[in-house]
Amino acid sequence: MSAAVDKPRLSRAHELDLLKQMIRIRRFEDACAELYTQEKIRGFLHLYDGEEAVAAGVIPLLESRDRIVSTYREHGHALMRGVPMKAALAEMYGKQEGCSGGRGGSMHLFDRATNFYGGNAIVGGGLPMAVGLALADHMRKENNVTACFFGDGAVAEGEFHESLNLAALWTLPVLFVCENNLYAMGTALALSESETDIHLKAASYRIASEAVDGMDVIAVEAAARRAIQAVRQTGKPYFLECRTYRFRAHSMFDAQLYRDKAEVEAWRKKGPILRFRGWLEANHMIHPEDIARIEAEVAAEIADAVAFAEAGTWEPVETLARFTYAEGTA
Amino acid sequence: MRKGQPDRLTTGLMQQIADRSEPVELSYREAVRAAIRDAMIRDERVFLMGEDVGRYGGCYAVSKGLQAEFGPERIRDAPLAESGFTGAGVGAAIAGMRPIVELMTVNFSLLALDQILNSAATLRHMSGNQFGVPLVIRMATGAGRQLAAQHSHSLEGWYAHIPGIKVLAPATLEDARGMLWTALQDPDPVLIFENIVLYNMMGKLAADAGPVEIAKAAVRHAGRDVSLITYGGSLWKTLEAASLLAAENIEAEVIDLRSLRPLDDATIIASVSKTRRAVIIDEGWRSGGISAEIYARIVEQAFWELDAPPGRVCSEETPIPYPRHLEQAAIPQASKIVAAAKSALGRGG
Ligand SMILES: Cc1ncc(C[n+]2csc(CCOP(=O)(O)OP(=O)(O)O)c2C)c(N)n1
Ligand SMILES: [Mg+2]
Repeated sequence: MSAAVDKPRLSRAHELDLLKQMIRIRRFEDACAELYTQEKIRGFLHLYDGEEAVAAGVIPLLESRDRIVSTYREHGHALMRGVPMKAALAEMYGKQEGCSGGRGGSMHLFDRATNFYGGNAIVGGGLPMAVGLALADHMRKENNVTACFFGDGAVAEGEFHESLNLAALWTLPVLFVCENNLYAMGTALALSESETDIHLKAASYRIASEAVDGMDVIAVEAAARRAIQAVRQTGKPYFLECRTYRFRAHSMFDAQLYRDKAEVEAWRKKGPILRFRGWLEANHMIHPEDIARIEAEVAAEIADAVAFAEAGTWEPVETLARFTYAEGTA
Repeated sequence: MRKGQPDRLTTGLMQQIADRSEPVELSYREAVRAAIRDAMIRDERVFLMGEDVGRYGGCYAVSKGLQAEFGPERIRDAPLAESGFTGAGVGAAIAGMRPIVELMTVNFSLLALDQILNSAATLRHMSGNQFGVPLVIRMATGAGRQLAAQHSHSLEGWYAHIPGIKVLAPATLEDARGMLWTALQDPDPVLIFENIVLYNMMGKLAADAGPVEIAKAAVRHAGRDVSLITYGGSLWKTLEAASLLAAENIEAEVIDLRSLRPLDDATIIASVSKTRRAVIIDEGWRSGGISAEIYARIVEQAFWELDAPPGRVCSEETPIPYPRHLEQAAIPQASKIVAAAKSALGRGG
């Protein structure tokens, strides 16, 4: 997908690409879940299933010089940012060819080349870092945007409030993107927030904000375009709440006792891929061959990534302590 | 004051005394301030950020006057959000700045512990060396000013537990003046602990005092009978103990660790191998403290050199209390150090 654009481009090629990117994330993570059952991927694995429209709508609008801070549910963000799928998958295998050298795993994908500052597995822990990245840009008068993704659960953390306040107080170019999927593990939003309309919280820090249907990729893209333009032009933070839903379990260890199957099924019918594809079909913008082509391309890329990760190598135990400090210092 | 002679890396002149050839009289606080000022002048990527560092002048008056000179962007007052602005320091450091984050005291640093441990200390390793964090965090530590149980603890030993960061404890004017610049050149996070009773300590500092190396311990007083191993605020009590011992013809060697992580094993072991006896003095608590770590290293590396079990003088296992007599009773004192040294020499009373 091409770099930032100022105007909506409702071209067929663009629409097809949006659909492809969402399918690419979905199929990749389907493969990850399968690889998890085969014990190729271990540890915690958090899937983005159902939330793809957020990453697909926001991230391609960022420039390559912009920065991204993410969470442990970051595979979709990394793929959209251009972290190669094979490097992401090798990381999840723990192989040294992975994008963090195999040391981080699923929750800690890092990629300097694309200014991807990692999956952070401390809920709320990435927000202060995003503020600092933006502070550096602000002090050097560099017109970059730092996009910071986090969930609805992070909103209850002190670091969320500290970070919004700092970003507003110091006029820092942070795009806060809240992926509100209504649950923090098994805790429903209404059980953790006195005010469940999350984007309103930004107002108490005088941060411009907007809530958008996070299951509608076109709506997310339009809102993100407004948001990124605002941050770039004013240098001020902006808060975008994307209302979405996760179809799968929180992680691979979750029996989902806290919600009904019917609730999940109802949301699946509003799924971002289903919905966008249906809209494209209704408007005769897509043909069955297009879908077949997309699926084939994605399947080939995933097969390559799996082969790459399988062929990857383990870091020798001898270098375990390497990079605890910079080379040659301690 | 007594001083050792740490290596000078360079001879950066302190601006305000550059025209004087005589050593100048100044306080530890002023030495830290001179170090910050010097760093701000030398490198425009450096900025100071923390609660009340600007308009107020720093809670221990370290940064007094600096905002007038460097402006509010670079001497940046932060709201009461320890985790938020420490994490902002992490982000700014990753993005190429050289922030100095000031946390008012080590007790408050606990609110930023997430950012220090989970971000600053882990990022380089966890990212496969893609993101290092060249951040300096300064904070006050220690008891002695009757600030009671939420402002007086010595938790630097806890921080020394953490791989990925370095932990410094400047005890002398030279180190207060010289460690900061070297820490700022370090590609990884460095924590600097300033003991609160040292801020008012006056002394003379060479006009050409500049950066010092930060990985080695210093022998502050040579002796052959017993090694007294300490750091930070306890250094001066230990030197006092050494002179009391000298009056009884006991020659104590006093080692100032200077760095708690990494620990300079070589200097410790060389001294203990010479004196064959050791006492560790630490204002932190005994149980699970840095004194236990030093003790273990001595036993691991110099067991057969020892003539007696090493001793320890630490803080009592209690929160630091408010009234002066109890506060002083809770922390190491010269008299306790003397007693521990004599006991190690088999001359206990
Ligand atoms: C500080 C902290 N507390 C608790 C956890 C355990 N935990 C991991 S994910 C999670 C839920 C977070 O929910 P949310 O922010 O909504 O993100 P989502 O998983 O829904 O994407 C919790 C409690 C954690 N990782 N970090
Ligand atoms: Mg959630």
